[in-house]
Amino acid sequence: MFRRLETGARGRVTVNVDGRPVEMEEGANLAAALLEAGFSPFRTTPASGAPREPYCMMGVCFDCLAIVDNVPNRQTCLERVRAGMTVEIQDGAAAVAKAEEEL
Amino acid sequence: MSDANCVDLAIVGSGPVGMAAAIAARRHGLKVAVVDEQPAPGGQIYRDVETADAGRGAILGADYVAGRSLAEAFRESGASYYPSATVWRLASDGLSWSAPAGGGEIAAERILVAGGAMERPFPVKGWTLPGVMTAGAAQILLKSEGVVADDAVFIGCGPLLALVACQYLNAGVRIRAILDTTPPQNRMAALPHLPRALAAPGMLAKGVGMLARIAASPVAVSRRVESVELMGEGHLAAVRWRDPQGSHEIETERAFLHQGIIPNLNMTMAAGCRHVWDERQLAFRPETDVFGRTSLAWLLSAGDGAGIAGAKTAALSGEIAAHAVAYDLERLDTPSFEAATRLPLNARRRELALRPFLDALYRPAQGMRVPEDDDVVVCRCEEVRRGEIARAVAEGCPGPNQLKSFTRAGMGPCQGRLCGHTVVETIAALTGAAPEAVGYYRSRMPVKPVTVGEIAGLSFENNLREKSHG
Repeated sequence: MFRRLETGARGRVTVNVDGRPVEMEEGANLAAALLEAGFSPFRTTPASGAPREPYCMMGVCFDCLAIVDNVPNRQTCLERVRAGMTVEIQDGAAAVAKAEEEL
Repeated sequence: MSDANCVDLAIVGSGPVGMAAAIAARRHGLKVAVVDEQPAPGGQIYRDVETADAGRGAILGADYVAGRSLAEAFRESGASYYPSATVWRLASDGLSWSAPAGGGEIAAERILVAGGAMERPFPVKGWTLPGVMTAGAAQILLKSEGVVADDAVFIGCGPLLALVACQYLNAGVRIRAILDTTPPQNRMAALPHLPRALAAPGMLAKGVGMLARIAASPVAVSRRVESVELMGEGHLAAVRWRDPQGSHEIETERAFLHQGIIPNLNMTMAAGCRHVWDERQLAFRPETDVFGRTSLAWLLSAGDGAGIAGAKTAALSGEIAAHAVAYDLERLDTPSFEAATRLPLNARRRELALRPFLDALYRPAQGMRVPEDDDVVVCRCEEVRRGEIARAVAEGCPGPNQLKSFTRAGMGPCQGRLCGHTVVETIAALTGAAPEAVGYYRSRMPVKPVTVGEIAGLSFENNLREKSHG
């Protein structure tokens, strides 16, 4: 489990994470706040449905992708926590299956 | 395009290179824009240095805190600064950037790519499992948020692995074990470079201090680790490794991997300047002159993105590149240019004295870079395993670009960043060709994924300019 060494001076806001309210520090790195909240996995792969979590934390690996405010493929390691934000797991394999069904 | 978006020098990245270059270029009166993906200046090395309090500074150390004065000078330099903006196109006329709230374009006479480094891929069994991240990622969590994980296993080789372990010890965070994959023969190979390294100011002592700190701690260190396997169903549960004493296994939910850093190449590759294989650093890098000029007249590259040399060297290289741009744009005459570059060139020469020693001492093991087990995932995005690459090569696939059509390796959202060097070295090992001859993925614009809307939003004026160039 990830934990925070010290509680920051920043205000706390509520973020909706997969349908449940989670308190986070406003302006915190979103991927870090999600790891701290135990959000796992962040996404599943389109190829095999394998679960993924942040790997690089610097914007190169794209394993921290999630659906943020209804927009898919957001790199959560490059986002900051804002009040009222929603975050959902990005289910890659399910999205591919759904698109195939629609075809 | 409005006047505000036309500059002499556009800089991609606000790490030590970008900040130092902006400061120096502004001193010569150049109009400068700095675009960076992160919300605050500092790059990865000085990440969130402006907001880190004294407590975090004490954990991270003096070299990190030193970035604060550079960030202050950068803020006061008068350069236009675009944070949280991802550059996805660069060309002789300028660059395009995108952000969640929209994007824009900047016309520039010269572009300096200061994209820094990324960690070398660590393709071992299970490296895609949740619970596994790079040591650099763990350090970013500590730097920017003070977020840490107890009982993690640190695996790999290189100064950063030792540094992050020391920072964890400073913070009082428990470390389960350190598995050192540094090949034992590296010591002999590094020895001839030691006399020159001793001339490098302070750095060697810092390294020795870190190793002593770890040795004096209660953390279990396993050396000469020959193979590593990360195990778990859906999440990391255990690490298994082999060393001269035999096979071992420990339970853990977190593992931090690291085996050196490599230039972040996609930007310079997509721009199309010439790149060379650096055998000492086992990586491609853009070919540059001592001032950072690439094979393209409008493009410069400096710092770790042009070859790994560390943060202090990076700031010096950024300053030198800015002087070169001022000279090339005729804002500096030859004597002033020579006077401006003399000190930073000399200082950089001193800093670089340590590099051949470090490169030899921490040269990552072949077995950790080039997987032999067919089951190991090489391309994380498209989940292409080593076996599929070997089959494609056996069927006649001649190189990384053709491998994309054979296997989809390199075609996922990371655009080959996390598999490029593994693919090059794997093909080289399978065919007996030199990495230089194998070549790298051909990167193209957009350098980062963008929406079709953003591409359609390119200004008409700029499209015309591109046509008139072509």
